[in-house]
Formats: sequence, structure tokens, C-alpha cells
Amino acid sequence: MKNRLGNFFRSELFHNFLRNPGAVIGLVIVIFFLVMVLIGPFFTPQNPYDIGGLDLMDAYKPPMWMDGGERAFPLGTDEQGRDLLSAMVYGSRISMGIGLIVVLLSCVIGTFLGLVAGYFGGRLDSLLMRLVDVQLSFPAMLVALFIMAAFGRGFGKLVFALTIVGWVLYARTVRSSVLVEKKKEYIDAAKLIGLSPFPVIFRHVLPNILTPLIVIATIQVGTVILTEATLSYLGVGVPVTKPSLGLLVKNGYDVLFSGLWWSSVFPGMFIMLLVFGINLLGDFLRDEFNPRLK
Amino acid sequence: MTGHLLDVRNLKKYFPVRSGILQKITGQVKAVDGVTFFLDKGETLGLVGESGCGKSTTGRAVLRLLPVTEGDVFFRGRNLLALSGENLRRARREFQMVFQDPFASLDPRMTVAQLVGEPLEAHGLAATVGERNDKVAAILEEVGLDASYLHRYAFEFSGGQRQRIGIARALVLNPSLVVADEPVSALDVSIQAQVINLLVELREKYGLTYLFIAHDLSVVRHISDRVAVMYLGRIVEMAKTEALFLNPLHPYTQALLSAAPVPEPGKKEQRIVLGGDVPSPLNPPSGCPFHPRCFRVMDRCSRDVPHLQKRGEGHFVSCHLYD
Repeated sequence: MKNRLGNFFRSELFHNFLRNPGAVIGLVIVIFFLVMVLIGPFFTPQNPYDIGGLDLMDAYKPPMWMDGGERAFPLGTDEQGRDLLSAMVYGSRISMGIGLIVVLLSCVIGTFLGLVAGYFGGRLDSLLMRLVDVQLSFPAMLVALFIMAAFGRGFGKLVFALTIVGWVLYARTVRSSVLVEKKKEYIDAAKLIGLSPFPVIFRHVLPNILTPLIVIATIQVGTVILTEATLSYLGVGVPVTKPSLGLLVKNGYDVLFSGLWWSSVFPGMFIMLLVFGINLLGDFLRDEFNPRLK
Repeated sequence: MTGHLLDVRNLKKYFPVRSGILQKITGQVKAVDGVTFFLDKGETLGLVGESGCGKSTTGRAVLRLLPVTEGDVFFRGRNLLALSGENLRRARREFQMVFQDPFASLDPRMTVAQLVGEPLEAHGLAATVGERNDKVAAILEEVGLDASYLHRYAFEFSGGQRQRIGIARALVLNPSLVVADEPVSALDVSIQAQVINLLVELREKYGLTYLFIAHDLSVVRHISDRVAVMYLGRIVEMAKTEALFLNPLHPYTQALLSAAPVPEPGKKEQRIVLGGDVPSPLNPPSGCPFHPRCFRVMDRCSRDVPHLQKRGEGHFVSCHLYD
């Protein structure tokens, strides 16, 4: 293990990473958010989910550096007297949680179906790929919007809807990688020694197609967070009691023109920063793993 | 059935050619078009021919790596083409292959212990990792590799060493038939002899039977008991090695042999130069597939398809000249 870690620090990937300011900034942003959502709740001034802890008298307080601002609410409050910074920390947690869970689920499902379709080919392959074609012909947002409108708000439902939308990308990518990989001789060699199809797929094909998968999954975390934000903004995402970043923007937007700009702008900047960081990291990985771009 | 270890009869492998948006089958590449041969236990049959003549396809079809279009493959009297699923998987223990490219045929993400131990695991021949590693170490010694290489990755080795790993992987199951698909053509000349000698040594030691596919005639001559010459998906001549090299009957074999360099200074041999290229197996010539390039072509060659006929002790040739 120690040896592998040492190998990583000596690897070309790590070397190139250090010389790529964008990638370093991206990783710093992502780590900042990860740390924030993991330990942030212990430090926030308020638990925004605890309705009893809110005081309507604190509503519409501006950030602390403005007139009427209080130190207790560094970034101001919303219409229910909720501390915006606390709400953003908890909201980031929901946004990132959804992003990671959805990517994990859709990646596992899409990869499995892509592996099976690509390796076995034939009817199963045609069936799955036509399904992918059909789904890709609808805008992802429309499909997610439709599912959410049909089933209603909720964390689990949101994850379900976004996974349904997301798996096709992995299935398509994995399938095309498998088609390339399965023609290689070591796959024949694996069949020849008497391995059954699934051991061949999981022990030989899968490890050799992981790189494009890692790249897509990374970039997709950002995309999913954006989609989630959009759905929540449109009012079909997470429940109002546990707002994600997108829902915070929406709540703030309702009062934006009353001059209460902060409750919309700060969560919006958070989304932007988070997705920006993830994309920087994803772009770096894509460039690294695609020799043609080097 | 037959007493032969391997008996291949009228083996055909056609690849469909598809075109258009509906992927309609518009033609067939007749990669292997009616190949018949047998192999006895402990024997080595060299399969030679130009690139694209179907020799590798034959090897792969025999090992069930490719679906066969037509024909029969009997192995120890059992028809391999009738096997499927679990039965085929179990039967694979008995016939293994040494691949041409020692770089492409070893999974880059596995260590030597995993690569060579994998066949053992697939057939439940190693209960623990320790037992597996012991067996792998033993076979590594057999192929001339140090047991200390166990935990290295395949990419850390040279071409010759990799090919030894490939051979170890093929032999660890103790098979009776090994198809060697141009096992040395990807290697440096200096390494080729070592690997060939290793194969010969292992054959003597374990009584292996080889189907040795190659385009290098001197290599084939060195290792084979019998040689089959393929042209455009068919065997045109098959004989004992010395008989074939000293007395080639088929014009194609004669041309092929005359093209091989003779390592003897001053010796001038008349070289037969064939005109034209190998015809496309998509649209093979009528009659004898060799007739457009043959220097002894006759009228009937473009009409009648010749068949493999016995013309001497164990000497078969497919040519109208000897009718």
C-alpha cells in the first residue's frame, strides 16, 4: 500500500497535476467543499433544519458588513430568519450528496449494462442501445422534469430521476470501449484458459476501460449538481424543508427585487464555484487520459 | 471414431461482409474454406502460408475462439464443435494456445502470478493463493524464468520473457494440444531460437502436440514433423517435413520454398517469382484458387477445383498436375 502511494507521487499523472494550475485550483475547491460538508455542520451558527431554532424577527437581515447586519448571521438571513451561511453549508451537503450518489448509481448501472451489451452483442445489445438512443433523443432535463412532476418532490425521487437520466451516458461510453477492448488478444487468451464470460468481463474488460469512466464520472458530478439545482429551482426537486443550493437560489430569487440580493447571489456563487472546481479537475483528467489531446 | 488426437474435417470459416445502412450481408470472406488435417499425439504439424491465407483463423477456429461456419473438429474422438457453455469451458483445459504477440495477449494490469495462476483458478486447481503461487513458480522454472518474478507486472519484461510467460500460461494446465500461433514472429531473431528450443524441450518432456502456425519456413522446418501449406483458405500440400522441403509437389510450395533464403554463400538457387498478388478471399478465382498466379497453369485449372490427393507416403497435394 505504502509502495503504491509512493508510486502515485512519482507518477506522471501527479507530476503533470502539479504543473497544471487549473487542476490544482480545481482540487483545492473540491477538497474545500468536501471538508465543508463533512465537518461544516459542527461549526455553523445554526441548524437550518430545526424550525424551532428560527426566529422570524431575524428575517431579512443583510450580511454582517452591511448596515443592520449581525455577526451571528455572516451572510445575512432569509425570509424565515434562517442564517444563510448555515443553510448554504447544509445545502451544499445535499447538492454534493445527490451529485455523488447519482453518479455512483448511474455509473454502476450504466457500466454494467454497457459491459453486457458490448461483450455479448446481439439482440440484447441492439435492444439496450435503441433504448439509449430513444432516451438521448429527449433532453435530459425534460425527462427528469417529467419524472419529478409525476412522482413529486423528495430526495430519493430526485436521485431516482437523475439516475434514470444519467445511466445512458455510461452505458454508451462503456459499450464502445468494450467493443474496442474485446477484440484484443488478451481477451481471447482469457476465454481460452477457460474463464466464464462474467469473470472475463469483470476481471479483464472492466479494469481496462476504467479510465474513460473516471473522466466522465468526474465531470458528471458537476453536471448532476447543476441539473439538481435547476430542478429544485423549478420547484420539483428537494423538499422545501431541506433546501439544496438550487432551492436556496430560488427562495432568494422570490425576494431578489426587494433588494435582498444576498440570499440568491451567495448560494448561486457556491454552485458556480463547486461546479467550476469539479470541471477543472475533470478537464485535467480528460486531457491526461486522452493521449490525442496531449 | 479415429485414433488421432486432433482430427479436423472440412473446416470452413466464412466472415460475412455487411454493407449499407441495413447491414445486409453482401458477401463472404472465405478465410478458411474446407481444411482437413489430423494430428497424432506428440506430433508437430507446421501450418505455413502467406499473411491472410487463413492459417491463424484455422488455429483459432479449432480452439473454438471463433464460431465455425462448417466442418468438424474431433479432439480425442469428441466433437469440439458440439460443446458449449460449461462443457466447453472444462474441455479447454486440454487445448491451449501460445499467442503471436506477447504484448497484446497478456493483460497489462496483472502480475505474473495472476496471469499464470489464472488458468489454475479458472479450473479450480489451486485452493489457496499459496498453492497457486507454488505451482506458478514451478512452471516458471520450467520455461526458464526465475520464480522471483512472481509479483512483477508483465510490462516489466522483455519480449522473449513475455513469450515465456505466455508459454507458462498455456502449459500450466498441462494440456495435450498447444496451438502456437506464430509464437516467435514478434520476437527479435536472437530470441527466436531460444523460444523455439524451449518449445521443443517442453514437447519432449511433456509429450505435447503442437499445431505450429508460422510463415517462417526455416522455423517450421526445424520444429515440425509434418508441414501443411495453406493458400487462400485451403491446404494445398501436406507432407512429412523432409519430403516437403526436398520434393515439393505443388507449384505454390515450390515457389514458396524458392523464396526462402539459403544460408550457404555462393549457392545459387533458381527463384520462382510469382506474378500478382494473393487474390481476395472475398471473391476467390474459379477452379484452383492458385491458377491465376501459377506458372504451370493448364486449361482445366480455371474450371475444376482440385482436391487433396495422396501422392506418396503421407504426401498429399491438391493440384491437377498429378492427376
